[in-house]
Amino acid sequence: MLSLYIATRKGIWIASSEDRRTWALRGPSFLGQQCHHVVLDPRNRKTLLAASRQWHLGPTVFRSDDGGTTWKEAATPPQFPKGEPRGRAVDHVFWLTPGHASEPGVWYAGTSPKGLFRSDDGGVTWAPISGFNDHPEQAKWVGSDKDETPDGGKLHSILVDPRDPAHLYLSMSGGGTFESSDRGGSWRPLNLGVDMDFAPPKTDGTEYEYGHDPHCVVQHPTSPDRLWMQNHCGIYRIDRPSNRWVRVGRAMPKEIGDIGFGIVTHPREPDTAWVFPMDGSGDWPRTSPGGKPAMYVTRDGGETWQRRDEGFPREQAWWTVKRQALCGDARDPIGLYLGTTNGELWATTDEGASFSCLFRHLPHIYSVTVGEPA
Amino acid sequence: MSAVGDPRRGTRVIVPTQLRGYTAGASEVTAAGATLAEVLVDLDRQFPGFRFRVIDEQDRVRRHVIIFVGGERCDDLGARVPAGADVQIVGALSGG
Repeated sequence: MLSLYIATRKGIWIASSEDRRTWALRGPSFLGQQCHHVVLDPRNRKTLLAASRQWHLGPTVFRSDDGGTTWKEAATPPQFPKGEPRGRAVDHVFWLTPGHASEPGVWYAGTSPKGLFRSDDGGVTWAPISGFNDHPEQAKWVGSDKDETPDGGKLHSILVDPRDPAHLYLSMSGGGTFESSDRGGSWRPLNLGVDMDFAPPKTDGTEYEYGHDPHCVVQHPTSPDRLWMQNHCGIYRIDRPSNRWVRVGRAMPKEIGDIGFGIVTHPREPDTAWVFPMDGSGDWPRTSPGGKPAMYVTRDGGETWQRRDEGFPREQAWWTVKRQALCGDARDPIGLYLGTTNGELWATTDEGASFSCLFRHLPHIYSVTVGEPA
Repeated sequence: MSAVGDPRRGTRVIVPTQLRGYTAGASEVTAAGATLAEVLVDLDRQFPGFRFRVIDEQDRVRRHVIIFVGGERCDDLGARVPAGADVQIVGALSGG
């Protein structure tokens, strides 16, 4: 069975299907709570973690071991140390990433304000990762409130190298992308080649090391040296060990541009990626350009991009698809799923040849993730 | 007679709807403590997780929570809870 975990501004819904043609929708859970991310543990295909807050109350993480029927709150949710010198307090947990396959029970969480946390017991207790949160340069990396999204800065796209549990990436809006080779003990920026058109060129001609605005970064599961990034300033690709990103989005049609929130790669084809462009011109409406939704796909590493819009509305559809609301399954052919801020869930099960709307009338969708529960 | 609450007597705590998931639906509970901090610790002992939803890790009352002690707004966890005074926790105007 395939399940879509839909986290919204007002609760969680779960859509399930055996054949990806007929879907059943369950929910809501946590009605009235702001749920930023719900993720199935791919290691046991059983544990679900949900990042939640409530308008009045503090942030927390819930765990379910029965497919989302019942939930139990973390005994110690992610939180900064009491009395820490910068006075930080977690406003909301934004991102959840299961740890390496060899480390069952390990999870990572990214928060707003930007902080990195780890659980070693399947999300029951969480501890700050001091190597990042207390790094001497961290305050500069994360910037000020001018380097945040409207509801706070975001630490997101926590990636665990499938070859090495100590090799991690994270990204921040704003702040940039960073890498660790020692399980988070130390970090270094990884932003060369990434544009930053919201800052003047440095007077010495060098590039900014950090301060960029990656919206979403994904790592190819079977070619982990290949990362894809959808940034505030374009679409990028990097092939490690190179430290330089390449703006492959320059090959996108000029009238569409290469601005967006989410990006997803094909689980078996590292040269294939999909994006959902948004209007990043003028007042930055962040809607489908021209009110005409479309995905774009590259199958050659970003050299060329093709429009995919069959089944989408032809006009007057001013969608926004947030960075966590675009995902793909691993079936053949793969399915892609996108959730809109006006509560619609769209899917393609033929790799973008055609799209159909699975559900309407949900609340503002923050994230959609996919899993195959046991 | 002491002016502060007697921990053995307990303080009536009025719980907003947003927190009744912790109190098995109860709109009023009793907690022990001579100060607001102590009352919150006792609430968390009885209803695990309750305190962190109301008070952040730096001991600040969360932005959209208002606490009244004896009918007066109170952000000071060190404040005394007078004998017979209620503690009322309110979800402030928020959301949309």
